[in-house]
Amino acid sequence: MSDFKALSDAVIKGDINAAVAQTQQALEAGHNPHDVIDKGLVAGMDEVGNRFSKGQFFVPQMLRAAKTMQECMKLLHPLLKEGDVVSKGKILIGTVKGDLHDIGKNLVAMMLEGAGFEIVDLGVDVPPEKFVEKVQENRPDIVAMSALLSTTMPAMPQTITAIEKAGLRDKVKVMIGGAPVTEKYAQEIKSDGYASDAGGAVNKAKGLLGIP
Amino acid sequence: MIIVGEKINTSRRSISEAAEKKDAEFILMMAREQAEAGAGFIDVNAGTFLDQEVDRLCWLVETVQGGLDLPLCLDSPNPDALAEAMKRHKGEPMINSISLEPDRYRSLLPVITSRPCRVIALCMAETSMPTTVEERFTVAAELISRLTGEGIPLEKIYVDPLVQPVSVDTNMGLAVLGAIRRIMEAFPGVNTICGLSNISYGLPHRHLINRNFLAVAIASGLNAAILDPTDRQLMATLLSIELLLGRDEYCQNYIEAYENGRLVA
Repeated sequence: MSDFKALSDAVIKGDINAAVAQTQQALEAGHNPHDVIDKGLVAGMDEVGNRFSKGQFFVPQMLRAAKTMQECMKLLHPLLKEGDVVSKGKILIGTVKGDLHDIGKNLVAMMLEGAGFEIVDLGVDVPPEKFVEKVQENRPDIVAMSALLSTTMPAMPQTITAIEKAGLRDKVKVMIGGAPVTEKYAQEIKSDGYASDAGGAVNKAKGLLGIP
Repeated sequence: MIIVGEKINTSRRSISEAAEKKDAEFILMMAREQAEAGAGFIDVNAGTFLDQEVDRLCWLVETVQGGLDLPLCLDSPNPDALAEAMKRHKGEPMINSISLEPDRYRSLLPVITSRPCRVIALCMAETSMPTTVEERFTVAAELISRLTGEGIPLEKIYVDPLVQPVSVDTNMGLAVLGAIRRIMEAFPGVNTICGLSNISYGLPHRHLINRNFLAVAIASGLNAAILDPTDRQLMATLLSIELLLGRDEYCQNYIEAYENGRLVA
């Protein structure tokens, strides 16, 4: 919808002032906050993710766009009614046991959030038991795991096994990523998906949940 | 400047294929090329082989040292791979790396104290990655104190300040440079080392950032680097910065590189 193009463009550019002004204008014009989020902010972030995946956008541009969206959300959040469904799905994310690297994981979490998913970030060095406990507690749609070291990759199948043993494997999709991780490895350990970058992770998450 | 040639890493496709086929000739060529370009150590990393890493890393060690008389930098987060590779290494290797992460420290300590070696001490804290100069310095001081306490001489310790991308936080360059300066001032005799490429992750024209980062890092006191010595622009940056810092008497190395046709402007 062309009503929201200026807002999407401001998000893509990472122009906080313009995006906040556009958000205010849209609300004053009587638009539903959900539409402002979906057709304005999320649409902008989708384009950011696409450009990043194609190598047309770089990490700082992605960070700046996400920051812009967050500032707009501060205006929109109070207007959303209790119980309103705004999330595309809930994703539990963490760097696996023994691994302290968080940069890649944070970029993926940020882009998933920008795409409209609800994120529960468990941080780094997350043991399989904790993934299981948090799946039970949060009932996510997807569990996303990150590893930067070849030595910590085995914690991924260990976590999947732990989720299986807890009888939760059919309740969640699993996706993995990180520098040494490959599509082939994802298949070997029976992860439902793999993505090589933050933009790809968004597409993969949507694919796993059947979101167009 | 101590140069560790980084090219023999199985995360590069040509190296992975050579290690898969055990193509010794190709590996040796990569090693010789780096030695001729100025490498004092040849890094060997077979991390992508996962459960076959031990076997491939040992093969790399034997292959490179079978044809080249240089010490290697044994590069793995896996203590078993390092222990086995070290047994096969002739002379004193450099071990990449130990850190304060409890499991890694505990399992690697017996390896690095089993025989003489140089060791890279990565500024990774027990439960987190440092961000500021102060945090890096604290981890470095703790590692130096523990390692020297175990009998490893200061001159054999190479502190890696843990380079993180400026694309994610534009203060990350300054954090590393400040840490290098503080570590070198506080522990005379210790070495500092780092890889260059993390700094430019997520940005275009990474080589440009990498070589300028090398220049400012050397100016801050860095005395060793893990890099590709066959990258002529990078090596030209290194030669000119050493000359500017008064470390190249009569500009000998610089002129020699020019005469040999290795100096690109």
